[in-house]
Amino acid sequence: MQGEIDWKRSKSGLAGLLGPPLFWFILFFAVPMAVVWAYSFGTNVGIADIEISGTFANYARVLEPLYLGILAKSLAFAALATLICLVVGFPVALAISFAPPGLKTWLLIGVMLPFWTNLLIRTYALIALLRDEGLINQSLSLAFGWAGFEPMQMMNTNFAVMVGLVYVHLPFTVLPLYAALDRLDRSLLEASLDLGAGHLRTIWNIVIPLAGVGIASAVLLTFIPVLGSYLQPDLLGGPDSQMIANVIERQFKRANDWPFGAALAFMLMYLTFFGIALQSLLKKKERTE
Amino acid sequence: MANSGVQNGLTRKQISRRTLLAGMGVAGIGFSLQACGSGGGGGSGEKLNFYTWDTYIGETTLADFQKASGVKVQTSFFSTNDELFAKLQAGNPGYDVIVPSNEFVTRMRQANMLLPLDMAQIPNAKNIAPEFMGQDYDPAPKHSLPYTWLVTGIGYRKSRVNGVPDSWKWLYDSDLYKGRIALLSEAADLIRLGAKYLGKSLNGIDAATVKQVEEMLIRQKPNIKTFHEDNGQDLLLAGDVDLVMEFNGDIAQIAAEDPDIGFVVPKEGSLLNADTLAIPKGAPRVDLAHKFINFLLDAEAGKGIIETILYPTPNVAAKALMPESYRSNPIIFPTGPGMDASEWGKFEGPEQQRLFEEAITRVRAA
Repeated sequence: MQGEIDWKRSKSGLAGLLGPPLFWFILFFAVPMAVVWAYSFGTNVGIADIEISGTFANYARVLEPLYLGILAKSLAFAALATLICLVVGFPVALAISFAPPGLKTWLLIGVMLPFWTNLLIRTYALIALLRDEGLINQSLSLAFGWAGFEPMQMMNTNFAVMVGLVYVHLPFTVLPLYAALDRLDRSLLEASLDLGAGHLRTIWNIVIPLAGVGIASAVLLTFIPVLGSYLQPDLLGGPDSQMIANVIERQFKRANDWPFGAALAFMLMYLTFFGIALQSLLKKKERTE
Repeated sequence: MANSGVQNGLTRKQISRRTLLAGMGVAGIGFSLQACGSGGGGGSGEKLNFYTWDTYIGETTLADFQKASGVKVQTSFFSTNDELFAKLQAGNPGYDVIVPSNEFVTRMRQANMLLPLDMAQIPNAKNIAPEFMGQDYDPAPKHSLPYTWLVTGIGYRKSRVNGVPDSWKWLYDSDLYKGRIALLSEAADLIRLGAKYLGKSLNGIDAATVKQVEEMLIRQKPNIKTFHEDNGQDLLLAGDVDLVMEFNGDIAQIAAEDPDIGFVVPKEGSLLNADTLAIPKGAPRVDLAHKFINFLLDAEAGKGIIETILYPTPNVAAKALMPESYRSNPIIFPTGPGMDASEWGKFEGPEQQRLFEEAITRVRAA
């Protein structure tokens, strides 16, 4: 106790430690976000200027059925991708948390390895796999050509977009799940098994409730970036695969309608804040129980 | 020999000009470092900042200019006109020469971002074919000079289509090639070429025509495999589609690799584009910039550039120095009724762009 610094008294120490990250946060996050937020209340003037006129017209446009429909579809896409990530990622996280310590490190590196390659390169690799004359179709026709195998249409479909979204975001699900599962009190599992519950029942009744917070953060960490994805629908999708982030991207580039793009982007931000608030509310409830 | 050089140039070009691969950033760094290395010996120390598309210049062009003038050219790259515009919007950070496309020349002129060119300092402007000089996108006094040009058309796999698909019908209004066609994702291109198919001009499109094209595209959507991000030539080459809306330069590249690839400008006519040389307001070295533009329009320098990038050139003197395989390449220099009916696109302001954009968003969401 006496070795520690009392932060309430040592103000300069606190400022020294907190100052640089706070400065960083304000300069590179808060200020740019505030600028974009201001744009969302702006109007295009002439070709190159935006006047912050305080109008709500951009938000009114966001609420048109066209954009709400696209938003609803994106939410559904993101929900499905998150669900698949969860179903696939949970057993993986469970297996890693029960693996011997030496192997555990390697398995975790394996989960994180894809991050060492650029997202764009990984998406192009998926294209090479999925296209009509791609690796999957070619190997299948090599193996089953005698049985009259027809190449499957995988590229440029919503299926391909889903594959891309799940593939890219799976680590975001596995890592928080692993963190939660690794902290589990093993004696509770042993007790459950000793008292006659099967493995599945133990997972369902003991592991999942105990890992609830971890699952919630895995869902959040996966759902939010999936909702903002535009690369996968652009590169892997078909004429139907437009997501909300594609519309936002176009406003900032070709359409050159930054105020409307900003309003659309902030609509996503508001939704995200709402999700985080909901999660912390759940957490609080859990703690009081 | 010439052919292998051509092919080599073509493949390099393929992963550059209008493609947005992040990997190209690395190539770009390599390029500019190389330029720095070779420029170390320059005596006078004069410099020029050139802002252009990646791999859009001849292999020795910049070194030749340095030899001739003692000026070292520092190149930086943009990948879309929007990027160029955004960078200069907040004031010129020091670029002397830029390469905007024709509609952006109009837009930048309207936004008062370009300097008028002093034609007395650019005698080589005489090398440019007259049909490229008097265009509406940049009326006198000239603020830009054309560097390359492009036309949008249909690239196709000869063995998989019936005859020559010389109408936009096959992309917009027919289920004959269901699931085997890809269109550009760019809203303005889609609406304008749809209007061309309906027999209208691609400039001054009214709301009713936009609606008509929108409905046509919604009807056609089940037959379309994808709206591509200007990588149509890859889709065609890989066999993912048999017909694709693309620029002639991009299709010329893959036609050099695969003789089964053809290109046609549909008979209803199409959209012409040019990339130009211009001097942005606030350029620190205006005189040198003129000198550099004049050098790029020189016949020999122009030949060096097109040998590398293999785009259609408006430079008659440079074209005359090129081999027959380039000069009479039917993809690089298409002819016929489609070309005769083609038009230059006009920059028509943000309202029109928004109309196009909303229509295509509705098509994609339908």
